[in-house]
Amino acid sequence: MTVRFFARYAELVGREEAAVFVALPATVADVVRRVREELPGARQLPERPLAAVNLKHVKLDARVGDGDEVAFLPPVAGG
Amino acid sequence: MSAYLSREPISVDALIAQAATPECGGTCLFLGTVRNGPAESGVAAIEYTAYDDMAEAELQRIVADARERWPGARIALRHRLGRVAVGEPSIAIVAAAPHRAQAFEACRYVIEEVKHRLPVWKKELRADGTEVWVDPSGHATAGPPVRSLYA
Repeated sequence: MTVRFFARYAELVGREEAAVFVALPATVADVVRRVREELPGARQLPERPLAAVNLKHVKLDARVGDGDEVAFLPPVAGG
Repeated sequence: MSAYLSREPISVDALIAQAATPECGGTCLFLGTVRNGPAESGVAAIEYTAYDDMAEAELQRIVADARERWPGARIALRHRLGRVAVGEPSIAIVAAAPHRAQAFEACRYVIEEVKHRLPVWKKELRADGTEVWVDPSGHATAGPPVRSLYA
């Protein structure tokens, strides 16, 4: 699946996007763990970041599947 | 770029015209502007970035929620992206409704939901040349604090 990073998280990881493989069934929390293990700089991401799947906010126990777009979101600051 | 996100200055007149109908007797406008107060220590501008596709979808959901709560209300809004100077609006929300109470309530609802759930981030560009990401929660490692994100 595709994992996207934004704002400060993109700076910490040094990229805005990565292809990540996790064994299914899997949750967002599994994707977070895999990203923090595999990507240089990703250790600095929080263990429980705000996350979205396919453009919607989700909890970390939400299921993910092939082809999903998972995003790690820093605390939002719109308005 | 999109219906709700804009890299150009916001035209408040155009938003008011977009929301107005003869059935609406009250119109409420909220402008959020870039601030350089005592707590900001020399902010010259703010650079706004977004998860564009999600921000657009989230704004559609917020507006749809507001219309469901206040069926007579009409909402128009724009959120700026890119560099916005101190004093310029970063967001404009227009809520028009048959009566003023609904207009105020719908407008307040939209800005509070934007603050709470819109995937937009801001970096302060200081007059001394430094740049700082703004973390409104004060806890960069915290998860989402409020359950309505998943409603």
